[in-house]
Amino acid sequence: MGSDNNIARAKVLLVDDDQDFLEVYWEILKAIHNEPEVHTASTGARALALLESEPFNLLIVDLNMPKMDGLQVIAIARRKYPRLRIVVWTAIADEQFRARAYGMGVDQYWQKPSSEDDRKHFLESIETLLQNETQGGFRGVQSKSLVDLIQLECLSQNSTMFRISNGTLDGKIWIDTGEVVDAETGETKGEAAFRAILGWKAGNFELLPGDESRERTIFSSYHALLLEVAQALDEAGGGVTPLAPIDPDAPASPLMSLTRFSGVQWVLTVGAAPKFDVQSWGLESPDQVSDWTTASLKSFADLGDRLQAGPLQQMTAMSATNHVAFADSVKGELCVGFRSTLKSDEVRESMRNIIGKWLS
Amino acid sequence: MAVLKKIFSKSNRLRLTKLPSGAFALDRDGHVIVSTLPQNFPEAQMREIGQRVLEFFRRAQTAQVPMQELNVYYPSLKLTARNLRGGAIIFLVPQSLPKN
Repeated sequence: MGSDNNIARAKVLLVDDDQDFLEVYWEILKAIHNEPEVHTASTGARALALLESEPFNLLIVDLNMPKMDGLQVIAIARRKYPRLRIVVWTAIADEQFRARAYGMGVDQYWQKPSSEDDRKHFLESIETLLQNETQGGFRGVQSKSLVDLIQLECLSQNSTMFRISNGTLDGKIWIDTGEVVDAETGETKGEAAFRAILGWKAGNFELLPGDESRERTIFSSYHALLLEVAQALDEAGGGVTPLAPIDPDAPASPLMSLTRFSGVQWVLTVGAAPKFDVQSWGLESPDQVSDWTTASLKSFADLGDRLQAGPLQQMTAMSATNHVAFADSVKGELCVGFRSTLKSDEVRESMRNIIGKWLS
Repeated sequence: MAVLKKIFSKSNRLRLTKLPSGAFALDRDGHVIVSTLPQNFPEAQMREIGQRVLEFFRRAQTAQVPMQELNVYYPSLKLTARNLRGGAIIFLVPQSLPKN
């Protein structure tokens, strides 16, 4: 567990509307020791589309973005992907935003690095975060497990209430003068709820003031409870969380194998007749892009016939923000978005390889 | 002999047209503004190519993927088009077999 191989597969999504920052940090992040797979998005909507398409380990998001700001992205991402690590990087130095971001469950809040030292610290922290990711853990205090946190509170003889969230699930554990007195999640209460909550592998927690008037439903000592939970987790083999499947329920796109090629930002396929089923990865508006793809391929294939120039081989389109390549085959139509840093020849070469993979 | 003459007589030979080489520019309404294509290349065909190119850029805009340049590759022709604020300039370059 936690081998270099696992760390090398970590996937990072970098979100910023500043294209220059994206390009620079895409290169820099790819080169850190963990060698993560770095993807970029210049809008919040596109970031969410990418998160929807496949699991990521780490989201690095700017706050100040048009249309959908970083806080909106964080709110959605935190709710839908409780195990996703989130780092804010922003030019905003306002403490209020820092507090709001931490309140929403981000792991780190960084001001955009302005010096070489800042940059070095930022990259070190990202490296550490990706290494820690191999061990799961609850956010808040150095990625401690919930068992550790409860033990700490009980040893300190505190009276407190843990409010824990794991995606759409919420749970509460009451501690009174160092003893676990009650727990609740959904309809489940008492020891059963305690065991259920401690079975969650990751999430967010808040420590709130205890409630002395809380009726006691748990009478076992915290030692016995935690021992029982630890045994149950061991038996379930849940001691250490593997890195790769961040969210086991997250859908894996059938197009994922096509996204591994150099500079790919998004992929869309339109199946052959009669179904014409559209599949996409990393696209905000696949329907419109599929219409564009179908119409363009047909139009220029017709033109090739009219001019007697031969069958359409490939189409590429370029802009300052991204490049696109189209191809038609017996399997259907393929449209791929590439990073704008790629040269025209590189786009064609990459597209040839993608077509080969798609048809294989 | 007479049969051969009949077959190879000029009047029965298929007229081969060369693929166009040159450039032309269109305004946003698809009207040809200027062209360096051979004079025998029909203007209607120029307009047809232009319409397809303008439609491509318009659809790209609708799909929220605005594009500035288009390259279309055929075995014997490469078409390159640049978006000029709604209009376009289009280059047609016949392709030859790679030399070995």
